[in-house]
Amino acid sequence: MRRYTVLVALAVVFVAPLLWALGTSLKSQTEATRVPPTVWPAEPVTDAYGTLFEGTTQTPVLRWFLNSLIAATGHMLLVLAVSSLAAYALARLEFRGKRLMFGVIVGTLLVPGFVFLIPQFLIIDQLGWLDSLTALIVPGAAGAFGVFFLRQFFLGLPRELDEAALMEGANHWHIFLRVTLPLSKPALATLAVLSFMSNWNDFIWPVYVLFSPEYFTLPPGLSILQGAYTIDYPVIMAGAVLASVPVLILFALTQRYVIEGISRSGLKG
Amino acid sequence: MVTLTATKAARSRAGTLTWSGRATPYLFMAPYLVLFCVFVLAPAVFGLWVSLHDWDYLLEGKPFVGLDNYSALFDPSSAVYDDFWVSMRATGIFTLFSVPFLVVLPLGVALMLNRPFRGRTFFRGLFFAPYVLGVAVVCLMWRLLLDPNLGLIDWLLGTDIAWTTAVPWAWVALVGVTVWWTLGFNGVIYLAGMQDIPRELYDAAKVDGAGRWAEFRHVTLPGLRPVALFVVTTTILASANMFGQSYLLTQGAPGGETRTAIVYILDVGLSQYKMGSASAMSYVLTLALIVVSVLNFRLFRGRS
Repeated sequence: MRRYTVLVALAVVFVAPLLWALGTSLKSQTEATRVPPTVWPAEPVTDAYGTLFEGTTQTPVLRWFLNSLIAATGHMLLVLAVSSLAAYALARLEFRGKRLMFGVIVGTLLVPGFVFLIPQFLIIDQLGWLDSLTALIVPGAAGAFGVFFLRQFFLGLPRELDEAALMEGANHWHIFLRVTLPLSKPALATLAVLSFMSNWNDFIWPVYVLFSPEYFTLPPGLSILQGAYTIDYPVIMAGAVLASVPVLILFALTQRYVIEGISRSGLKG
Repeated sequence: MVTLTATKAARSRAGTLTWSGRATPYLFMAPYLVLFCVFVLAPAVFGLWVSLHDWDYLLEGKPFVGLDNYSALFDPSSAVYDDFWVSMRATGIFTLFSVPFLVVLPLGVALMLNRPFRGRTFFRGLFFAPYVLGVAVVCLMWRLLLDPNLGLIDWLLGTDIAWTTAVPWAWVALVGVTVWWTLGFNGVIYLAGMQDIPRELYDAAKVDGAGRWAEFRHVTLPGLRPVALFVVTTTILASANMFGQSYLLTQGAPGGETRTAIVYILDVGLSQYKMGSASAMSYVLTLALIVVSVLNFRLFRGRS
């Protein structure tokens, strides 16, 4: 029983701020600035969402939502494609330079990300990708995590099926598509969710590579929103809710995958 | 029949077909390697090159200046000296105060969740939930919660503390919000580590008449050593990488005291576009992190 008391108390600490943000987004502006503050709106209204979705040229919030969706989905698909191909070669094929390549790729997991930001900015500029969603989709897919994660998973798959298929005359492309990928659905799902979420939430990179409001994603957009609606807290919180709901739903649906993926990355890292 | 399949297999292995020839492994590697070279390897080398130049994005000439960008960081009369070291100090303070909480509290939560009971998965998901939110959402929410006039926190505590604009409160806010946000991540890692500790060790401890505390000290803690090393290392790195909270929650207030090294480096490099100087700073910070990581590894190894 004591366990539950502590757990419930902790749960309140973790969930109350989220509920309070939701509550504030449903308040009228007068209620949001009332002293003392109300915890939950006395009369819930959806005015803030109306204002938010209507948007302005400086704060096209629905556009930001769409941009976030496009960037996160594009990034996720690219990560899955390039990482699974490379991981297959590293787990199943023998070739010159394999150990060196794997060593260098994994080695970069230890380098703090900020070191790359300034030169990456200059390279993105050379490619003409500044101020576009491409800048959010492509460079992040070069990260080592996906390759490392999928290679570990592929190594754990039985080789007998591959060998049987090879005997049948199948080539590696067929084996990759018809044997390895179908057997790896849980790992692919985990990687998909993790890369979608990290891209959806990314703040530091979009803040510096995007300049025009119409190309913003939600995270940098929210800080614009904060400036534009300084004390209109319901609108600001409605923006926060809009940016949280997709990832919270995704997490609720795939909790097991996400948590298993994270714990596995910790144990093998 | 057997010989037929065998020759077929041999032919396909030796053949020059695209997906079965010698080039196959490289075809599989190629898409990732292109991205890796352009966006990871090239920047790693290019950054060093930039740091040796007076590299101003907005100016035509980018003269070679050798190690000047580095020596300026250690010269008290240079324009960047004060701001850089104040920001390094801010990163140091934040790391020093956030790491102990983020190492110890998640361990407690993981211990509570380590035994099977009803609702275990539910609570685990709940404590992890803040981590799936982005830093922008988290800071926006807490800025309002911590507002001295309208915020719920001051009202609950019956205080009127300026959480985001005065020290030491700004540090309390930065550390507290970060703990709230990322506790679940470390907790999940501990939990996975605990589940890898062999059951027999606990049974043996019970036979020896060990109480719960002795069990924790002599079975759980030693079993968690590798996981704890991972948690400490990644938490130090994440804390030293702290950007969003300082940028959004306190906005460096008061007077740049809570502006972390990354916020300052990116401001110099990507807002003022003095990329040579900013690159030099990022390598100095990296060097500092390497030193801390090595010390950390030594400490853990020394005790085993």
